[in-house]
Amino acid sequence: MLTWIVILILAALSVVTFLMGRRKALASAGGSPAKMHSLPGYYGTYVALWVGVPAALLLFVSILFGGRLEHSLLITNQPPILHQLSVEQKELFFQDAQALAEGRQTSEAVYEPDMKVALDAKANEAKGYVTAIKQGTFALMAVLVFAGFLWTFPRLNKDFRARNRVEGWVDGLLMACSIVAVITTLGIILSLVWESLRFFNSVSPAEFLLGTHWSPQIGMRDDQVGSSGGFGALPLFAGTFLVMMIAMCVAGPVGLFSAIYLSEYAGPKARAVFKPLLEILAGVPTVVYGFFAALTVGPIFRQGFNSLGGLFLGGPLNELGLYLGQVQNQMALVAGVVMGIMLIPFVSSLSDDIINSVPQALRDGSYAMGATKSETVKRVVLPAALPGIAGAFLLAISRAIGETMIVTMAAGLQAKMTLNPLETVTTVTVQIVTLLTGDQEFDSPKTLAAFGLGLTLFAVTLVLNIVALRIVQKYREQYD
Amino acid sequence: MTDLPITTTTASDRARDIRAAVESRLKIRHASERRFRLYGQLAIAIALSFLVVLLGRIVTQGASTFVVHSISVQVPLDPARIDRTALEGVNYDLMVADAILAKLGEKDDDFGTKSEAVKDLMSPDFGFQLLNMIKADPDLIGKTVTVSGPLRANADLYFKGEIKRSSPEEERTLSNQQLDWLDALKSSGAVKTGFNFGFFTKSDSTEPEQAGVLGAVVGSAMMLLVTAFLAVPIGVMAAVYLEEFAPKNSWTDVIEVNINNLAAVPSIVYGLLGLGLFINALGVPRSSPLLGGLVLALMALPTVIIATRSSLKSIPPSIREAALGVGASRTQAVFHHVLPLAMPGVMTGSILALAHALGETAPLLMIGMVSFVPGVPHGFDQAATVLPVQVYIWENASERAFHERTAAAIMVLLVFMILMNAVAMVVRRRFERRW
Repeated sequence: MLTWIVILILAALSVVTFLMGRRKALASAGGSPAKMHSLPGYYGTYVALWVGVPAALLLFVSILFGGRLEHSLLITNQPPILHQLSVEQKELFFQDAQALAEGRQTSEAVYEPDMKVALDAKANEAKGYVTAIKQGTFALMAVLVFAGFLWTFPRLNKDFRARNRVEGWVDGLLMACSIVAVITTLGIILSLVWESLRFFNSVSPAEFLLGTHWSPQIGMRDDQVGSSGGFGALPLFAGTFLVMMIAMCVAGPVGLFSAIYLSEYAGPKARAVFKPLLEILAGVPTVVYGFFAALTVGPIFRQGFNSLGGLFLGGPLNELGLYLGQVQNQMALVAGVVMGIMLIPFVSSLSDDIINSVPQALRDGSYAMGATKSETVKRVVLPAALPGIAGAFLLAISRAIGETMIVTMAAGLQAKMTLNPLETVTTVTVQIVTLLTGDQEFDSPKTLAAFGLGLTLFAVTLVLNIVALRIVQKYREQYD
Repeated sequence: MTDLPITTTTASDRARDIRAAVESRLKIRHASERRFRLYGQLAIAIALSFLVVLLGRIVTQGASTFVVHSISVQVPLDPARIDRTALEGVNYDLMVADAILAKLGEKDDDFGTKSEAVKDLMSPDFGFQLLNMIKADPDLIGKTVTVSGPLRANADLYFKGEIKRSSPEEERTLSNQQLDWLDALKSSGAVKTGFNFGFFTKSDSTEPEQAGVLGAVVGSAMMLLVTAFLAVPIGVMAAVYLEEFAPKNSWTDVIEVNINNLAAVPSIVYGLLGLGLFINALGVPRSSPLLGGLVLALMALPTVIIATRSSLKSIPPSIREAALGVGASRTQAVFHHVLPLAMPGVMTGSILALAHALGETAPLLMIGMVSFVPGVPHGFDQAATVLPVQVYIWENASERAFHERTAAAIMVLLVFMILMNAVAMVVRRRFERRW
């Protein structure tokens, strides 16, 4: 509440100083804007920026990190009664103290009477810190407002280069925005690498990348069956590869041939109808594909294979029949095929662009030699477009590897080293989701393993993307 | 050549041979041409049939959600059965069940097996309705009140033909007796069929018949608002900087490569970023629209930047030069002239990026949005659920009745996406200028 009032005051101050600056500059030019260096508004804006922005930034930082500061102040001085608590209980204790201080809902933990006393004492302390941090922030903001005003206002006169100064601010803002993208990448890399390093402290990278046993369940007790936990991710890579290959077997030919048809055969009218229709397929959210895979394609495939297996029963292929009879809904084939459907428009629109950028002169030359359309496509256009199409396929592969919802809903959870498309497999993304969506403490190797997998996924897709984008760009330049 | 014993062929003979050879091959070549063309047509047909099957399946699976079977019951509020001092503890469901049994003309046995069986046909919402009525007006006790609401999901599925009487009784969730009752209620006109408004006015619930999409729609809207407020201004300004102001040096090359790669990073990695950076390092509240919006904004940012840049590129340099020529500064030329002209392209690109963000699920699973959230979210820092995640949650639910609701939620999601795409198309058609 108080914070909102301060924000309002700050906004009001900015408006007032804007008007003051404008008036002073106008007055110094004798009320005639023509004699001034910049338009009057720039003078006001300049003052208002210096008055408002630093203070607002400070407030933002304080809101962002105030809670952390309070927390670290709280835990510096721990009463002796806390020593009997475990690390998690302590964490909870301090969280509850902060929650009490701010009047939020506390956790459901029950405290003994003497612990409750300590909690209330800490809550009081926390309340003190909250007020101190708030008041400190507001005081500092007031100082900044004054300093900003004193720094700018006396210097205003008609010859002051206000427009250039304001544009300097604008340039700075624009540059900051463009750096956000770089910061995002850094944030991704740092958070992945940081958590992965903690994971690799307990599991060696060699075991992670080359091990063949994946069972990330860490037992509650040491003697529990299967508590050892296996973090060999090779079965996940195999599963990811299998699903990706199936997807590309569907998306590759269908996407490429529809691109060829659209760019070489279809007339403008057919193009205008088919292209948007294909784009609808691209706009469907992946969770919808997942639903389709799990509840439509999965049962259909299972029934198909089961009845196919029924035909073989008793015959020379009895074994195969028995195997087909017990195929499950969740299998690599279902996930792969549906993912392939999802990738069709992606492959087709990228290939379409690339085929279109093959110069018409090459085609005309081929026609002049008497080649038919298909011969032109096969012998001239496709070879010329090959690098670009390879790039497009690489981008599609990178998409397939990173796709999450379809495999989560349709592929399954069993980590198996298999290339049999009828088996249940699991992929890197599925495991990330399962490891991170349960209720568990954050620091176990189990959750950290997700970051290890994420880092691997990020690295692989990054390399694929860089290579693919480079190829596509090179290819474009070749014909530009 | 000359020392070979050649059969003497004249030039015209040779020409005829060649023509014959060409003509005989021509057939093959044309056949292969037709084949090739057919492959292309087949590919398009396959892709489009996938589209039809996908959308058709969802509509056929989801359409039944919009029909609901509801019932009105007159329940006598027997004072002997209601403890005025503990209104919460009264078994209202049993009173409703008894009222329906009375309507069916059945007598319950001493163990209450029949009323239990009837209770299984009614939504537990009836009990809450009675409780709320009595709480609001305790004088109702002793009178007869009318409550109405949907049947339990299983009973609803029976009327929709999903549960069939022909299947063996032990494989069904409803017994023959329950089916008889349902038929009796239906033929007596007590069960009414109507449009399922509840699906749009209620939020997630553990009972399929009470579950609706309102909470998810509001959550999605809030999250998208955060995304739009962050991704669009930052993306547009970054694009303006890169396109209009940035010097061409290695640093801007780095930014460019970076943006192109960010656009292709798997979405789940953004979820890991949200978990590692926003939750663990910055303490943004888990599963809130604020957090989801932040993550999706980072995801949508590259798309917005790329769309804005291509839109800025298409503005002819003459506009810029004319502004500079009459004395505008570079900033003024860009913000007063170039950017406004590029706005239609920017809006189209932004809306498409937001539509994509609306359907995104995977990163939201990472930041705790899978939790069960009944009710509409009240603030940007409260736990919320969004449409695609709601789809995921319902798809995982074991009750069969949730499956039709999943498909219906998908239909709602698709309607919103189609609307956004339509807006983008209208903006493009109406305002875009060709130079």
